[in-house]
Parts: sequence; C-alpha cells; structure tokens
Amino acid sequence: MKQDKVISTILFLVALSAISGLALITVFIFKEGVPIIARVGGRQFFLSSDWDPGLGHFGIFSMIIGSVAVTAGAMVIGIVFGLGLAIVLTQFAPRTIAGMLKPAIELLAGIPSVVFGFMGVVTLVPLIRTYLGGPGLSVLASSMVLGIMVLPTITSISIDALQAVPRTYWEGSVALGATRWQTTHMVLLKAARSGIVAAAILGMGRAVGETMAVIMVAGNTLEIPRSLLDPTRTLTSNIALEMAYASGDHRQALFATGVTLFVIIMLLNTVALAVSRRRSGRGGVR
Amino acid sequence: MRVSPFLSQRIVVVILWALAAITVGVLLYIIAYILIHGLPHLSLSFLTLSPEYMGRRGGVFPMVVGTLLVTGLAVLIAAPIGVATAIYLTEYTREGKMTAVIRFGADCLAGVPSIIFGLFGFVFFAITLGMGMSVISGALTLTLMVLPTIIRTSEEAIRTVPHSYREVSYGLGSTRWQMVTNVVLRSALPGICTGVVLSIGRSISETAAVMLTAGSALRLPHSLFDSSRTLALHFYILSREGISMPNAYATASVLIISILALNLVAYWLMHRFAVKVR
Repeated sequence: MKQDKVISTILFLVALSAISGLALITVFIFKEGVPIIARVGGRQFFLSSDWDPGLGHFGIFSMIIGSVAVTAGAMVIGIVFGLGLAIVLTQFAPRTIAGMLKPAIELLAGIPSVVFGFMGVVTLVPLIRTYLGGPGLSVLASSMVLGIMVLPTITSISIDALQAVPRTYWEGSVALGATRWQTTHMVLLKAARSGIVAAAILGMGRAVGETMAVIMVAGNTLEIPRSLLDPTRTLTSNIALEMAYASGDHRQALFATGVTLFVIIMLLNTVALAVSRRRSGRGGVR
Repeated sequence: MRVSPFLSQRIVVVILWALAAITVGVLLYIIAYILIHGLPHLSLSFLTLSPEYMGRRGGVFPMVVGTLLVTGLAVLIAAPIGVATAIYLTEYTREGKMTAVIRFGADCLAGVPSIIFGLFGFVFFAITLGMGMSVISGALTLTLMVLPTIIRTSEEAIRTVPHSYREVSYGLGSTRWQMVTNVVLRSALPGICTGVVLSIGRSISETAAVMLTAGSALRLPHSLFDSSRTLALHFYILSREGISMPNAYATASVLIISILALNLVAYWLMHRFAVKVR
C-alpha cells in the first residue's frame, strides 16, 4: 500500500531526531571546544591546575579532581541508599508500604536541583561548618547532596534488575532453608549484578553531570581539595559560573571543559549500556 | 563467632528500614522546609505582579509566563516527535541495526548533562541559528532534553497494548495507520500522558540549560524571540545573590507545589489506567 509506505518513511525520519540531536550536540560542542585544547596543548589543558582566563591560562586539572572527588563521595551514599531501598522495596516491604515508598522516590527525582542545592546551603553547610570545621561549602556537602539526588536513578534501575531475576532462583534458595536476607545477598544480588552495576554507572553519570546543586554547595575554589572538608570546583560548575561573561578564548575553554565532561559521560553511558545489554540481550537500560 | 542467619537478617532489616526512613525523612524535610518558609509570602498578587528592584519586591508574573512558554513549547514539540519515534520502533519496523541506532541515540541523549544541553543550545540555537537568548532557544534545547523520556515511556505504554487488539483491528479491515491511531494510541494514551507530565516537571525544574539559552531577563517576553527568566532560575538568582529570601522561598514554593501537582497527576494517570491495561 502506498499510503502505508509514505507514513512509514515519515515516521522513520522523525525517529531519527534523537540520534541526529545527539550528533549535532557532539559536533557543535567539539567544534567549539577542541581547537583551544589543541592550541593550549592537551598536557597543559588537562594536567595543569592553573586556570586564569584573564591571563590566558587554561588548566582544568583541579576541576577534574573536584568532579572525581565529589562523584566518588556521592556514589558511596547513592549506592548504599539506592541499593538498600531497592532491596527493601523488592524483598522486605509489604505491598502497601512499597506503594507509598515508590511515589516518594519518584517525587525525590522530580525536585529541582536548585532546591537540593539550596537545602544543602541552609542545612548541611552550617552543620558541617559547626561540627566538622572548614568553610562548610565542601566536597562532603556536595557529595551528600549529590548522593541523595542520584538515589532515585540507582533505586529504580536496581529494582528492575532485581525483579528480572527468575522467581525460581528465589524459590530454590528459600526451599534450601536460606533466610530472606541470605537469599537476597547470596542469590538475588549475584544474579542481578550486571543490572546493579549499570545502575551505579548511570548514577555516576548523573552525579558527574549535575550542575546547579554543586555550584551552590561546593564553594567553587580553584585549588585541589586536600580533604573532604575543603571546597572545590567541578567541571560542570566551572562552565555554569563563567559562561555568563566569557568570550573569545575563555568561552572556548569553557566549551573545552564541556568536551571533557561530555567524553566522560559518553564513556560511562556506553559502559552502562554494554553491561545491561549483556544481561537482557535487548532493549537497553530502562 | 558465627552470627545466626536469623539474627543477621534482623540486623540487616533494621538497617535497610533505617535507610528508607532517612530517605523519606529527607524528602519530607525538604518539602516542609520550603513550604513553611515560603507559603506565608505566597499570594495571588505574588503570581500576578511584576518584580521590582531585581526581585526584591513585587511578584514573579514574568517568570511564570516565561516558565509556561518555555516548558509548554518544549513539550508541545517533543511529544509528537517522541510518540512518532515510539510508534516507528514498535509498530513499523523489526528489531535490527536501525532500531539499535535509534535506541542508542535516545539512551545517550538521556544521559547528557543539562549543562551540555545548555552549551549546545547556546552555540547552536542562540548563535548559529541566530535566535539569540530567547524563549524559543530555551524551548528547543529543552525539547531535546525531554525527548528520550517521552520516547521511552511511550514505547513502554505501546508495548503493553495486547496483541489481540491489533489482530481484531486488522481483522475488521483497518490499515496499519488506522490500527495505530484508533486502537494502539487510544489504549496507550494514559501511559504516554504520564511521560508527558513527567517531562513537564523536568522542564520546569531545569535551570542550567535554560540559564544559557533563555537568558535571565526580568521583563515579560513579548515574543518568542525575547529573553525570559524561568522560575527555577529566578529562585537560583534570588537565593544565591541574597536579593530577597522571602521572595526566594515563595518562588521555591511555587516550584515545589507545581512538582507535587504534576507528580500527583502522573501517579493518578498511571494507577487509574494501569489496572485496565495490564
């Protein structure tokens, strides 16, 4: 049928918009950012901590370390809470309580990142400053805020992974006399391992990419943090803080910061996709 | 010393429930804190007045309009594209290289951080296409950002439509397109709407991407090519620059109430119809 063919072609073209969007983003970010990396020199750009746009010094090493530190801390909190909640929801919670917890976690995912950052500033930061010392605006504060923010991602993907384990595994283990917890950590967590790893990696991507909340609680100094209580600046906040007034080389250097971030995120995404494909064979990350 | 399996289970269960309680506690604390500080300053006039002195006094009317325009346009553009993509993936093709590429695109787009969307929107829509820092640049940037969510939720909703529906429709002599529009889309509609509602929430919350594309003008946008500040960005600027804490809290309350309402709608859509479909 002719009409069917036409519709099919139109739908196909529209369906290409997501991948074309991704391609456009890649091309334009790289086009703006790569030349300055080439001019400054990769070594200088990635391995120097000297960032002084006024003098034409562009080194983002301290921000790479900042992003890594903040993300690592966030992952500890995100994985403990995210996986813990997934286990509670799938194994231990009665149906009614699970029915209330799930929407709560979805709501947590919907809260704007500026609000998370703001809450960090008014509650966490003073607590840290008073009881642990330092300026309060710190790696620790950022990690805690980000940990809560990535929790919904980790929980929802881990739940999918745990629910994908065949029911018979659970039954077999319980029939052998294992307790629910023994079954969970000896059988279910092992069987769902790749899905949980994918969840953690995607959560990591979220944490590395988060911007507004981190700007508000990280302190944004340019030094490499020596302890959890030191302030730091991440790749994302560098872009958001300086884009408003940057021009010329400075702006290009911010795009180059974006390129760095983009490459890190794409690597994480690809690994997560590969890990979860191996599990399900098809369909990718849900 | 060996701990009995029952004791260790008990300990673990206590820890796990504590984690759940802390999470819910944090959520409730955030909502309560914002609303307690913000509701006393929230009034109808706050929503309908223009800001004065950079937002120190007056209301947030231009930001409400800006948020509605940017969000509304973004979802209005993204929804048809997303649903069409989902229809193509489920009804018009077989699993193969092409679907893998399309899915890879959507999955990767979903993982791109909002600041990267902002950079891209700035250099592509605002500069290269000459749209400037404007409502339309912001909306198109957000379109790309919410597209993966709409594709994924629509695809899932379409997949839950029982195969027998399609067979009956074909049996009655309909073409594929008639089958899709009259049968599949109609029964998948609640699921698709859930995705759209969640996308609206995500657009309202977004700050980094709109900051670089829609700009931060305080006045009411007169056309789609005018810069406009959204509520989320207004809250960020008010609180970060310490312009006015009461107005910051009131703005945050507007955001939180909108998100709560949207989540309720999504929840209602999902549960009202989930029983019928599954």
